[in-house]
Amino acid sequence: MSQPPKIPRTLPRKSATFDDHTLAEIRRAAATGIYDIRGAGAKRRLPHFDDLLFLGASISRYPLEGYREACRTDVILGDRYASKPIHLKIPITIAGMSFGSLSAQAKEALGRGASAMGTSTTTGDGGMTDEERRHSTQLVYQYLPSRYGMNPDDLRRADAIEVVVGQGAKPGGGGMLLGQKISARVAAMRSLPEGIDQRSACRHPDWTGPDDLEIKIRELREITNWEKPIYVKVGASRPYYDTALAVKSGADVVVLDGMQGGTAATQEVFIEHVGIPILAAIRPAVAALQELDMHRKVQLVVSGGIRNGADVAKCLALGADAVSIGTAALVAIGDNDPRWEAEYNALGTTAGAYDDWHEGTDPAGITTQDPALAARLDPVEAGRRLANYLAVLTLECQTIARANGKSDVRNLEPEDLVALTVEAAAMAKVPLAGTDWIPGVSGR
Amino acid sequence: MTVATLRNSVLDLATASLRDVNRTLHLAEAGSFEVMHPNGAHALACGLDAPLDVTVRGHVGYYCGGMNKAASITVDGNAGTGLAENIMSGTVRVTGDASQSAGASGHGGLVVIEGDASARCGISMKGVDIVVGGSVGHMSAFMAQAGSLVVLGDAGDALGDSIYEARLYVRGTVASLGADCVEKPMRDEHLAALRVLLDRAGYAGVDPAAFRRYGSARRLYHFKVDNVGAY
Repeated sequence: MSQPPKIPRTLPRKSATFDDHTLAEIRRAAATGIYDIRGAGAKRRLPHFDDLLFLGASISRYPLEGYREACRTDVILGDRYASKPIHLKIPITIAGMSFGSLSAQAKEALGRGASAMGTSTTTGDGGMTDEERRHSTQLVYQYLPSRYGMNPDDLRRADAIEVVVGQGAKPGGGGMLLGQKISARVAAMRSLPEGIDQRSACRHPDWTGPDDLEIKIRELREITNWEKPIYVKVGASRPYYDTALAVKSGADVVVLDGMQGGTAATQEVFIEHVGIPILAAIRPAVAALQELDMHRKVQLVVSGGIRNGADVAKCLALGADAVSIGTAALVAIGDNDPRWEAEYNALGTTAGAYDDWHEGTDPAGITTQDPALAARLDPVEAGRRLANYLAVLTLECQTIARANGKSDVRNLEPEDLVALTVEAAAMAKVPLAGTDWIPGVSGR
Repeated sequence: MTVATLRNSVLDLATASLRDVNRTLHLAEAGSFEVMHPNGAHALACGLDAPLDVTVRGHVGYYCGGMNKAASITVDGNAGTGLAENIMSGTVRVTGDASQSAGASGHGGLVVIEGDASARCGISMKGVDIVVGGSVGHMSAFMAQAGSLVVLGDAGDALGDSIYEARLYVRGTVASLGADCVEKPMRDEHLAALRVLLDRAGYAGVDPAAFRRYGSARRLYHFKVDNVGAY
């Protein structure tokens, strides 16, 4: 007896639309009735700096000698109106992160690392602590909608002021700090009851729109004797108009944060679906500055997913004056370190994916207010790691700049770049590699 | 100019710049000053940090008395947006009306508006005491965290929306209460506290018993799915 022929079976096929993550989210939502809140920035794949390449030197361009010929990295921020602008030795700054979302040890580590490399750190939603002022040689004080801990003494002892209109992870959204992290000290700094779920405002309480902002900036200058540079930070959404309006309002510096930029805690749907990637935002912002004859006069600082010196160099080549890092700086000081894998597993996650920063149970002692966990982070040693990392970013950026014949990293230019994808070519307004085609520009 | 010569001066914005006037006030350590011809100037007398006595003769624009510490400022006229925003201590008084966001995010001190205040009076207040002789507009005491707002007249819509621990006292009508804001009983301690506030503001003849008190129901202090409809 011969066996009947086997009929080939259809392999189980999972939906690309309803993938495992999506299915899990539907089940979680159905079980809880509330949206997911997490930290960090957009996690899905987005057009990014990996989609750009530098061309390097050729017959028409000659390089500079590595390790021998100088390649400057310093940058001055805020010399449009401020009598005491910021002078950074490297074009990489530390983005605003609050005490409250981060432990005091983490804030100290950021200050130590940045100061060692001659660059600035930034406060966050919750005010300035004495520790971060003491350990940061150049400290930018954020002026946020919540005004938690806002006071004129801190305004005067800051080196610059950053008026925060929005951030890349949530343009149009306010901050969140859940009760687990509202310790007695955090609560006192924010004038809130201890242990409550805190909802920061998304709009400033006393101004709306560019005309008001202009008056607000003038007030801040009057209070600080026109000494401090005034930055205006926006989440990347309408970068051309926001940059133009910030300039019109009297900003010294525009800070532009793409959707990959991290947050302490925000709705997942907000992080992944509002705002645009930083790659798409830089050229419109630079175009606005150039049209106003303000490029290099009002400096542009960009952020959101910057990981290495190539990313830094690409930002500068697209027209930025400096970059800002947040998530990468946290990783440098110990965030998501595999050494804590067992504890990440106990929290239902794994090193590299941990993003429940709002829960205050960070095994690495960074996004927590738990004294025992926070004590795990040695701020001196962590600061040294950050300084090392910043040094590598700078060296990598210089290496690329020299290869493109530049004696100053800010001499990098769009003509040094090509794109690997049509999307990146259109967003960065550089040609698709091997062609002279810039979608939307070349007319073809 | 030395500090000694800065005492008891008349500063005239018809002839001096705003920068010069503010710089003069910032340099002074004590004394009385009279500011003439403000003509709606913005950011006037902001950032003061000493026990000065400043009287502004006329109307001011945005952010007059902003971030005030220790100084006593009187505006003999009306005030624009953000009067005494983020005040830390001292007193800012307006004899006329104030525009929106008066006393916004104030951490301490006293703000007195003898006339009416517009929308969002006391928004995000964090410890300041605000006394309004007239009425306040909509969304007043929005996200108010601490301090007291006293309204001798009426309050507009959504009073105390998303309020935390601030205390609200209204003598007249309240058009509506915002999310998580409820009327609370006036106990003796509140009558006594209100008496002190009224006296400090110059309303010694007003009876605290004529007011009703409002504050947080504290239902929204923690995220709960059952409360989503309240936001």
